[in-house]
Amino acid sequence: MAPVSLLEDEAEEAAEDHQLRHSRGGGTLAILALLLILAALVSLAIGSYTLSLHDWWSVLTAPATSGTAGIVLLQVRLPRLLAGLLVGAGLALAGAAYQGLFNNPMVSPDILGATAGAGFGAALGILFGWNIVAIQGLSFVTGLVAVLLAWSLAAGLCRRGDPVLMLVLVGILIGSLFAALISFTKYVADPYNKLPVITYWLLGSFASIVPKDVELAGIPIVLGCIPLLLLRWRLNVLCLGEEEARTLGLNTRRLRFIVIVCATLITAATVSLCGMVGWIGLVVPHLARMVVGPNHKVLLPAAAIMGGCFLLLMDDVARTAGALEIPVGIITALIGAPFFLFLLMRERRSHV
Amino acid sequence: MNLTLDGVTGGYGSKTVVHDVSFSLQPGEVVCLLGANGCGKTTLFKMILRLMRPASGCVRLGGEDIAGWDQRRLACSFGYVPQMHTPPFAFLVRDIVLMARAAHLSPFASPGKADERIANEALEYLGILRLASARYTEISGGERQLVLIARALAQQAQWLILDEPAASLDLANQIKVMRAIAELAKTGLGVLMTTHMPEHAFLHASRVALMSQGRILALDAPAMALTEKTLEKAYGVRVRVVEIDPPSGTRMVVPNLL
Repeated sequence: MAPVSLLEDEAEEAAEDHQLRHSRGGGTLAILALLLILAALVSLAIGSYTLSLHDWWSVLTAPATSGTAGIVLLQVRLPRLLAGLLVGAGLALAGAAYQGLFNNPMVSPDILGATAGAGFGAALGILFGWNIVAIQGLSFVTGLVAVLLAWSLAAGLCRRGDPVLMLVLVGILIGSLFAALISFTKYVADPYNKLPVITYWLLGSFASIVPKDVELAGIPIVLGCIPLLLLRWRLNVLCLGEEEARTLGLNTRRLRFIVIVCATLITAATVSLCGMVGWIGLVVPHLARMVVGPNHKVLLPAAAIMGGCFLLLMDDVARTAGALEIPVGIITALIGAPFFLFLLMRERRSHV
Repeated sequence: MNLTLDGVTGGYGSKTVVHDVSFSLQPGEVVCLLGANGCGKTTLFKMILRLMRPASGCVRLGGEDIAGWDQRRLACSFGYVPQMHTPPFAFLVRDIVLMARAAHLSPFASPGKADERIANEALEYLGILRLASARYTEISGGERQLVLIARALAQQAQWLILDEPAASLDLANQIKVMRAIAELAKTGLGVLMTTHMPEHAFLHASRVALMSQGRILALDAPAMALTEKTLEKAYGVRVRVVEIDPPSGTRMVVPNLL
């Protein structure tokens, strides 16, 4: 086949088509952002304390003297909203990045043991009767330690062969090890005052969020998100697998390390903030991929926005569905599992 | 600027798979690497692409040992076309080709207009620009192979390293892919490819390296390197090499049924 004579028209057409697609990506992101703002307003408005329009006005114009409405809005609902946004966006972003890194759409941010590790730290802190800041600190640190263990074990074991496969296997091992440690902590905890606290923590909930929590956990979550967003286009190349990515000029070891550090910062911080909220990191990236396609340049911001939106709505359900608040971790699992099934069925249909 | 292998030896653990391989390639050449399954072709490729370090010997490009080169510089020199594969995500063909630009972009950057033009040109050169907005996972095997070659082109490297580019393709696609490779060599690219089809080597190779058990058995013009004797030695079966079109020197390898 000789090089085809230059078909200018075809080239131009394709270029235009591409621009269209690009702008569509930007447009989709804008629509998603609008939806997020809408979800945020709804989350602020609903709850057991009903806010009148007058309340809203007084909080907006004179927050200091707005009384109960001001406290409800600024001290309770706003921190809770921010926590939900941070956790949802962070977990979805970490999940999307991991699915690319591990070349596997079935991976979630807890694959290397970060969630189980952080859960163990929290359980241990509660068992020791520490204060909340110390519990959160310990939880964060043990989350990091779990992943560090997985990383160094995998690096030690994997002299040759597929480093990514080894990481997954060791991650599963570390995850179940820490799950066993959590069980042990529960087993030795006082069944009347400590066991319920541990159990409730591990279920995942935003019920006891205070503004200070958001500040503390927000820092590592944001710090983890920024490099992932900056490096997002490169993650595409990583999806082709270790060797191919290297032949395309990627320093895969370094990139993998950065992604794992960032995702671990995010995941450990979310568990230390609100316990284990599952499914977001697995389901939302799929949802985002269905909407904007697999290109990480658009996928990662889309996943972050949709993750924030998703968790806000789940938390609204958790707050308002029953007379008593339901832990949001239960809601995300109850809604996430069938939702994921629905996505899988749709994906299957669209790829035939 | 030549690509030179100098006594390259290597393998996995204590098992040496490639023994003391030396040869040199010039730009514009198509060198086909033939040999039985497991004779060390892939391992040799890995050492050329520095996915693996040789236990001894070295690979030189323009006289310089590539052992110390970083990944980016290697990617700017070697465009690698792996065997056809299916990634887990349904990227668009254009996105796959644009990934070739990774070595040319700074870490936080994503491809811009100039990169898109290069990707489009590569697709157009191979006659598959119409596939640019198709999903890579949904096009045919032959098209996918052409996309991977287009990606290697968009990488703008001087050397093309292809791993069985015509394997598992139908007759028309084999001819298409092999012609595209030969055309590319005429533009001055150096091509090193593995193949299991001696006919492809007879048609398009300027030289053939026949490997057996990790060593180079013959390295010469196709008609010299691929004889009944050398092929029997490399593959362990008796074959006949038949000249089917004497003026062009086209040859075929058929089983020796006598």
